[in-house]
Amino acid sequence: MAQTAVKPVKLVSVPTNWKTWLGVVPFFLFAVLFLFLPSLRLFTASFTSPEGTFTFDNIIQLVSAPFIVNAYKLSIQISAVTALGGGILGFLMAYSVTVGGLPKPLRSALITFSGVASNFAGVPLAFAFVATLGRQGFITHILRDYFGLSIYDAGFNLYSFAGLSLVYMYFQFPLMVLIMAPALDGLKREWREAAENLGASTTQYWLKVALPVLLPSILGAMILLFGNAFGAYATAYALTGGRIGIVTIQIGAQIRGDVLYNPGLGYAMAIGMVVIMAISLAGYSWLQAKTERWLK
Amino acid sequence: MSFLSRLRRVPFWSWIWFLVGALYFILPLFATFEFSLTWDPAIPFKAYQRSFADNKFWETFIYSNVLAVATIIFSIVLIVPTAYWIRLRLPQARRIVEFITLMPFVVPAIILVFGLIRIYSTPFSIPFTDIVFMQPLTNFKAGTNILIVSGYMVLAMPYMYRSVDTGMRTVDIRTLTEAAQSLGANWFVIISRVILPNIRSALLSGALLTFAIVVGEVTLASFLGVNAFGPYLFLLGQHRAYEPAALSFFSFLLTWLAMGLIQLVSGGQGQAAGAH
Repeated sequence: MAQTAVKPVKLVSVPTNWKTWLGVVPFFLFAVLFLFLPSLRLFTASFTSPEGTFTFDNIIQLVSAPFIVNAYKLSIQISAVTALGGGILGFLMAYSVTVGGLPKPLRSALITFSGVASNFAGVPLAFAFVATLGRQGFITHILRDYFGLSIYDAGFNLYSFAGLSLVYMYFQFPLMVLIMAPALDGLKREWREAAENLGASTTQYWLKVALPVLLPSILGAMILLFGNAFGAYATAYALTGGRIGIVTIQIGAQIRGDVLYNPGLGYAMAIGMVVIMAISLAGYSWLQAKTERWLK
Repeated sequence: MSFLSRLRRVPFWSWIWFLVGALYFILPLFATFEFSLTWDPAIPFKAYQRSFADNKFWETFIYSNVLAVATIIFSIVLIVPTAYWIRLRLPQARRIVEFITLMPFVVPAIILVFGLIRIYSTPFSIPFTDIVFMQPLTNFKAGTNILIVSGYMVLAMPYMYRSVDTGMRTVDIRTLTEAAQSLGANWFVIISRVILPNIRSALLSGALLTFAIVVGEVTLASFLGVNAFGPYLFLLGQHRAYEPAALSFFSFLLTWLAMGLIQLVSGGQGQAAGAH
């Protein structure tokens, strides 16, 4: 066709004019309408009192009211504990199927299973753990009947910090496996051979070569895990019915609750969450840039 | 080789870590399954029969599936042309678009849903007048559906965009585009008949991941007040014991099916999504 012969696809080097930007307008429009405007609206709403007037109260309460500070503390603690615990277990599992010498089929089985488990969250996950570690749970009974150990008498409670952490771990460590397996593949065989030729032991190789190379990606992955737990709502709500005071549940209670009701405060807490998540993501992308130096 | 030296070659600690993790995976699922069978020893699958006999289950489950399909279709319509255009013509926009697709990590579902409600529960009027040209989206059913699908598109955006972009990296879209253009194809034909078929495995894994996020989703669905599967399962759990266990196991099998299909079509790395 003559028309297309005159107008071939431009190459990148040709300077783009404003019309080229029209191609991404729908995407930006969508992002503005359904992502940026709602977030921005929450920001302005957090300066609104229950009577609808302008106020700084919500922001001041954010850092001074004990129950809010405690909610953030609890959320941060749960996220940190499960990021660390899930990170360590996930790393060890990823290690076992990559450089750890386990048979190849186990690797693809683990990756598939991790894909499933990291997506298996919310209500079904909470119910699964009630059936496992609840008062009448499967493990609870086994421990009681065969080992004479009553975990509930020993102070364990599924609907508490420890219980919720165990539940979160279920989607945390598979995510770590998914991120770390490719990173561990990036360890070059030559590095290990070079270390061994210079007389390094396995421990020395791991401490002086492998871990320093992997450290940015390990930390980056753990930050993702942190954010993953920090923003979680449905799992905790389904498990405890809102009785555990993490930030997401407090936000839900402030905005939609029957007892607690101060939407402005809820919005302010939401903004606080966004700030913490943004800091985590910035840390993640910084570490990501460092990782790319060694592991491609 | 003696027995001892062969034993030393077995990666002992690797097996230990693997088994610990495997138990963590399997025990809750096994416990759920086992519990769901204990309702009536005479009819082992009673909980499943009862669950699937409930009309509310089919209503909410089908509705959630329709939402998932709508989310997948609109996400593809939005993201494929964008990613294509950026690769072909507008590499300057790559950083900003990638940044936007990461935003849903910063704005969790619970925050997104209140933002959406806040914006779209007021009527759209012309400023300084009383002329309303659109009722609040939260006031009518179609409006709520638009809101929830848009919300799900936002939640799925990081995964969809990454899948599509990765898919486009492996095919030479510039050559394909030039070939199609020289044969007289317009942009619509290029994208729908040339680009889409070439990235179909990437699209499929993005779609299945979206499906896994949407079908059991609770936060958006319950605060927007729609009768989706997630809120249904949650309410069922409030006053029943065995059916929720059966349906939890069922939704695990569904997730597994979706992920297994992703493995099959991509043959490579799995992905993780987050609607926790």
